[in-house]
Amino acid sequence: MSVKEDLYYSEDHEWVREEEDYLVIGVTDFAQEELGDIVFVELPEVDEEFDKDDSFGVLESVKAVSDTFIPVSGRVIKVNEDLLDNPELINDDPYGEGWLIKVDPADDSELDELLSAEEYAEFIEEE
Amino acid sequence: MDYISNTAAEKNKMLKEIGIKEIKDLFQMIPEAVSADDELNIESGISEMELMRKAQAQAAKNKSLDQQISFLGAGAYDHYVPGIIDALISRSEFYTAYTPYQAELSQGTLEAIYEYQSMICDLTGMGIANASMLDGGSAAAEAVTMAARITRNSRVILPDTINPAYREVIKTYGAGVDLDFVDLETEDQFIDPTQLKENLDDQTAVVVLQYPNFYGSIEKMEEISKMVKNNKKTLLLVIANPVLLGVLKAPADFGADIVVGEAQNLGSGLNYGGPYLGFMACKDDRRMLRQLPGRIVGKTTDVDGKEGFVLTLQTREQHIRREKATSNICTNEALNALMATIYLSTMGKAGLKEVGEQSYHKAHYLADKLDQLAGYQVLNKENFFNEFVLKTEKDSTELIKELLADDIIAGYDLKEAGSEGILVCVTEKRSKAEMDKLVEKLEVL
Amino acid sequence: MEEKLIKDYSSPGRRGYSLPPLEVEKSDINENLAGYLREELELPEVSEVDVVRHYTALSEMNYGVDSGIYPLGSCTMKYNPKRNERVARISGLSNIHPYQPIEQLQGSLEILYQLKLDLAEISAMDEITLQPASGAHGEFTSLLIVKKYFEDREENRTKVIVPDSAHGTNPASAAMAGFDVVEIASNERGMVDLDALAEALDENTAALMLTNPNTLGIFEEDILKITEMVHKVGGLVYYDGANMNAIMGYAKPGLMDFDLMHFNLHKTFSTPHGGGGPGSGPVGVKDFLAPYLPKPVLKKDQEKYFWDYQRPKSIGKVHSFYGNYGVMLRAWAYIKTVGGKGLKETTENAVLNANYLKARLKKDFELPYAEESLHEFVLSGSRQKEEGASTLNIAKRLLDYDQYAPTIYFPLVVKEAMMIEPTETENIGTLDHFVETMLTISREIKEDPELVINAPHTTTVRKLDETAAARNPDLHW
Repeated sequence: MSVKEDLYYSEDHEWVREEEDYLVIGVTDFAQEELGDIVFVELPEVDEEFDKDDSFGVLESVKAVSDTFIPVSGRVIKVNEDLLDNPELINDDPYGEGWLIKVDPADDSELDELLSAEEYAEFIEEE
Repeated sequence: MDYISNTAAEKNKMLKEIGIKEIKDLFQMIPEAVSADDELNIESGISEMELMRKAQAQAAKNKSLDQQISFLGAGAYDHYVPGIIDALISRSEFYTAYTPYQAELSQGTLEAIYEYQSMICDLTGMGIANASMLDGGSAAAEAVTMAARITRNSRVILPDTINPAYREVIKTYGAGVDLDFVDLETEDQFIDPTQLKENLDDQTAVVVLQYPNFYGSIEKMEEISKMVKNNKKTLLLVIANPVLLGVLKAPADFGADIVVGEAQNLGSGLNYGGPYLGFMACKDDRRMLRQLPGRIVGKTTDVDGKEGFVLTLQTREQHIRREKATSNICTNEALNALMATIYLSTMGKAGLKEVGEQSYHKAHYLADKLDQLAGYQVLNKENFFNEFVLKTEKDSTELIKELLADDIIAGYDLKEAGSEGILVCVTEKRSKAEMDKLVEKLEVL
Repeated sequence: MEEKLIKDYSSPGRRGYSLPPLEVEKSDINENLAGYLREELELPEVSEVDVVRHYTALSEMNYGVDSGIYPLGSCTMKYNPKRNERVARISGLSNIHPYQPIEQLQGSLEILYQLKLDLAEISAMDEITLQPASGAHGEFTSLLIVKKYFEDREENRTKVIVPDSAHGTNPASAAMAGFDVVEIASNERGMVDLDALAEALDENTAALMLTNPNTLGIFEEDILKITEMVHKVGGLVYYDGANMNAIMGYAKPGLMDFDLMHFNLHKTFSTPHGGGGPGSGPVGVKDFLAPYLPKPVLKKDQEKYFWDYQRPKSIGKVHSFYGNYGVMLRAWAYIKTVGGKGLKETTENAVLNANYLKARLKKDFELPYAEESLHEFVLSGSRQKEEGASTLNIAKRLLDYDQYAPTIYFPLVVKEAMMIEPTETENIGTLDHFVETMLTISREIKEDPELVINAPHTTTVRKLDETAAARNPDLHW
């Protein structure tokens, strides 16, 4: 169960990576383990806007469906098209090639409300 | 006979294991107020002999199609059902089996459903078919709501050349999700494409077409299809007669997005309206597939690399998705789908075509003869397949009634559909003698 | 054993059918149907022997209730009597077109009417429709009735409440009828949490959907309080009749103050499951809801039976014709055979058999709810999970012993759930055999866990790759 250092985390098991002009969002290793083999990913449209904690997509495994909840408010600027044909990228590389969306954040201060890597590691210990 | 095999001694043994005195103790949690006081007011059980006698007595109060010649169609068709079907589906491993959730013990059912899906795709020309729907009407209704979900529109164009019972079912389902129905009133049992064009807009989710239509006519499929396709978002739903698809071009060739219909005529017999068999097929498109209701069987391999079949894409279904499911459908018409699969295997490429062609030629023979009689006219002479509208000078209800005395059911009284005349259907089962008899009798009435 | 597809038996020109020669002259099909004729038809070309061999082979890869025990909770896999099949095949009862004049069908209509009366008696409901073709179809029909009822009263109610232990078709049907679904948690005894219910109820509640006993096999002892609470806010209470086998002759939904309900003829009333249908899901309603029933409704006037279409408040139709008539014939035959007293004994033995299994299994498998249960009960495989094998593994290992697995991972309120319903047609012999097998597997998990984890070993195919099936769907040949 890996928790990457330089990322922000939400209690819904999403991670956020800060790039220069945008944020990258995905689901954690813990999440993909819980879900099992992912068979389909439903992603939002580019330019769609969400408020923090809104559902922005759906991950389907063979026997379960899970909403993904956006950790910060913002506008979608890119979605990971590779996931449509290769959903297993989320299982294989959740922090890298398995990224879900790129977002133009509405409010940078929301990042402060998220968990650090340590805090998230503790959080999943308790789960 | 109560089908219980535990003896008194065995029951006592079980009661002891549970730790109670008598069976009644098991029910003591049921509050007095909801308890049934008296014994059920239902007669005592009877033996098999008595049951059969009772059932035969009821049958004797009927007049089945064993005893008369029928020209009834209107959504339920009297095609010949080969004996092989009943023999095979009576194998108890098929009919006493449950839904194939434990795939390893259900490869028979699953492989058969895969074959059924494949044959429906072959007939309709579509890319994906599901494992069955409850009947043609509800299949059409679920296809309409599916189209509404996909297009995110709620306007549905419903021509009056569609089976009136189906229109009713579609509207009943549509009321659940607030769909907006446009009733297209046609003339001459035939859609005028320009009239359709006037009604299309960018809020239209789907146009529903029946092929052949309720009156037996083949609509201007090509023209209508082009019109619908021009309206970017609108989908084309075709309700097709699967037997006739042995002769007729596949609905896919006319750009259908979803195809549904009643497959009762593929080996299920008449059975007073049920159990029947809805089929549903759509384009091989990811987004469509995920909105498709019903069970779907897929081929895969097991840990040893052996080929096998499973229920797949279950995350669309109620047991996983619950209120977000594409449909609530659970039990469908699996055994009837098996009957259809066996029928199509038995009839095969040549047989299905011959059934359709014989039906066509016989229907045209009869129609020609009737059309020549004074006081009778076949309204859709030019474009019917094996069902046609017979306009009669005399009242249709009267005519049909009088012919019953001669053991003939002349057809479906179109007054029931708010129209006029008799809807006459001819299948490969009607002999020349039977048809001549109808002509003979109508001539003098 | 593997069996190729029917099309792999194909040989060009091979025939499996016979039709008499066309006796009439051909019409010019090409002239009349130009542009509509098919060029290629891809269907198998096989002989009758090929068809028989192939489907016989397929049947041998299947397991039905005639093969052995089928302890699926919530499905009531009881024995399917063969005499019912004979009745359904009587030509005078089956070779009937749905649009034949009713004067010719009084025999059949009388059978259906008797079935209606018996269902009404068993449930204490006033009027019955036989039109829905499955349980879920009956649920949907009922919710449309609820919707129409409130529309008629000009009350805008949008919520349907469903317990978290409910079968998936409940919320799915509610959604199809246009309602918002509110899920309420069960309490620690596995029953409806009255406080949660009170909180969820308001003047926006259209209905509460319940089954009683619930999916844990537990009877809602507060049922009258529950129905009263819902009625107090002006809502209706719907009974999911899937578990009727637990209460026949002992309790009636109508007496529990349910307003409407559905029956599953293919569960309680012994009609075969067919590998996934056909079923039949008649709906029963109290008088005040009768106007909204789908049309037509079967009625009797003096000695004549007829279909009543004069129903201006009807929700419409949910089936093109009258429902799954062939299934109704079988249910009628069953009720006639078993009789009133017999139905009560059926329930007694169903509950006896289930409690016997529970008594024998609860030492080795965790029983999450200590409450008394009726015709079905839920175990948790959590102890075994800790030892290394999941409920899924246990289910698959049962298949190696030629027995069908219970329902797994349902209801959702129990972790590693195994829902077990033997029905009354099993006897102590088959029950003991099932228990012995479960205990054996429990032992195997301790002694040789790989055996269980890699099960099944002896079935036609072994563990199937469901991920591949979903990621790269292969849905037709």
